[in-house]
Amino acid sequence: MARMKFLCDADRCIECNACVTACKNENEVPWGINRRRVVTINDGKPGERSVSMACMHCTDAPCQAVCPVNAFYTTADAVVLHSKDICIGCGYCFYACPFGAPQYPRVGNFGSRGKMDKCTYCAGGPETDNTAAEYAKYGANRLAQGKLPLCAEMCSTKSLLAGDGEIIAQIYKERVMKRGYGSGAWGWQTAYHETIKV
Amino acid sequence: MTRLLARLGHILGAAVFLFTLVAVSPGWAQQPSKDNPNASAVQEQQLLRELNRVQGLVSIPDTKEGTLIQPQGREWRHFHEVTLRWIGAIALIGMVVLLAVFYLVRGSIKLASGRAGRTILRFDTLERTVHWMTAVSFIILGISGLNITFGKPLLLPLMDPQTFTNISEALKYAHNYLSFPFTIGILFMLVMWLKDNIPDSTDVEWLKEGGGIVGHAHPPARRFNAGQKGIFWIVVLGGAAMAITGYVLMFPFYAGLNIANMQAAQIVHGVVGVLFIAVILAHIYIGTLGMEGAFEAMGSGEVDLNWAKEHHSLWVKEEMGKTGSSAHTRMTPAE
Repeated sequence: MARMKFLCDADRCIECNACVTACKNENEVPWGINRRRVVTINDGKPGERSVSMACMHCTDAPCQAVCPVNAFYTTADAVVLHSKDICIGCGYCFYACPFGAPQYPRVGNFGSRGKMDKCTYCAGGPETDNTAAEYAKYGANRLAQGKLPLCAEMCSTKSLLAGDGEIIAQIYKERVMKRGYGSGAWGWQTAYHETIKV
Repeated sequence: MTRLLARLGHILGAAVFLFTLVAVSPGWAQQPSKDNPNASAVQEQQLLRELNRVQGLVSIPDTKEGTLIQPQGREWRHFHEVTLRWIGAIALIGMVVLLAVFYLVRGSIKLASGRAGRTILRFDTLERTVHWMTAVSFIILGISGLNITFGKPLLLPLMDPQTFTNISEALKYAHNYLSFPFTIGILFMLVMWLKDNIPDSTDVEWLKEGGGIVGHAHPPARRFNAGQKGIFWIVVLGGAAMAITGYVLMFPFYAGLNIANMQAAQIVHGVVGVLFIAVILAHIYIGTLGMEGAFEAMGSGEVDLNWAKEHHSLWVKEEMGKTGSSAHTRMTPAE
């Protein structure tokens, strides 16, 4: 089985935010929620870099560990998914997540949070694949159709890569060899306890 | 002639310029592969070493998403899944065991002089209402809070996940809403009972003799003895800590709070919470099982005069001296 991962090549990201828009459109993400966002570090200064970030589908995922109701599960492709039927919107996964991936719709009074929403790696949820019920809660299930997440598929500079960890690591290595530099796979050490050595 | 020379000069100049351009340009073309554009770029590992997190800017309105990577989530996870459970288990099981052993050794503390049959007003209606409003809120807050920490290992295996979610979600809402009567109750308690809870010299004497619960004597005490003053301050200060951290958690990321503040608030809320519950278990024990005649103070509000004299001798004197009408005689039927 593949071990699905995301990799953002920060030396290629041009902060166009097309991945953010594509994700919102493909999954009909609710208003105010961003499953993916582009973070710019050292904005306007020399050495500025942008990184597109969403759920990294961590190895031994912290969100899954801290969830008080066990709403999370990891698929055979190592994609971390959750059930909105089980989630109680406590917000703990956001405190544990190293990447700020979990999002909550605001419901009712004060800061009270509804069912958590996050990147599904375009792999839906626990419902039957590609049903209307699944789409309404989790958005598209492209993985079940043999497609990769749309954010990475349509990235104009091919900065954002999705796919089996070993394959995208190989692509990244070849790039770095050819161009002679690379700022590394952002977040990999934290998410997968490994990094790409070139 | 001069015009021709000038023209030649221009042509020569242009030729020199073109030549330099041609001569230099291959060098420009090769420049990028020699220079590493990444040399001055931000480095993930360096940022993590310096700040222990990677912070940037986002163009979406949710500014907290500017935190790209915060590995501290792992430490918080360890706190929530391991540390807090140990603290909670030791504090709660420890307290229950302690109280059970104490009950077996000491038993219920009886009234030494029996009942007088006359009663004296200890807590008026407002005081009792505030106490029970806070108490009921606290019990539900405590149970719903413990469910977040201990529900998954203890309750979830006993039922199907959807039932556990339904219960937990209802408890979450109860926890949020009952925070208000709890906080108001704590504020009322502070105002109502502060003047009787200032530590004084009688407390030193009371503590030296081990009070009426550990020691067997009944050292004199005003309205509240040193033990009760201790409970008062634990409730007021603990309640304040719970309320402040609780409202931070209830209004996440308000007022510029960041992820580190939220994690810290949860840690304080969790640790103070389990210790608070342990202390209140002792409070419940002494007010019910542990001491004869104590529950009436918060039950009917009227305590037996002998109970009051034994436990709060100075207070009884003050009350009797005030009006003389504070002590009511409960008429016993004629024989």
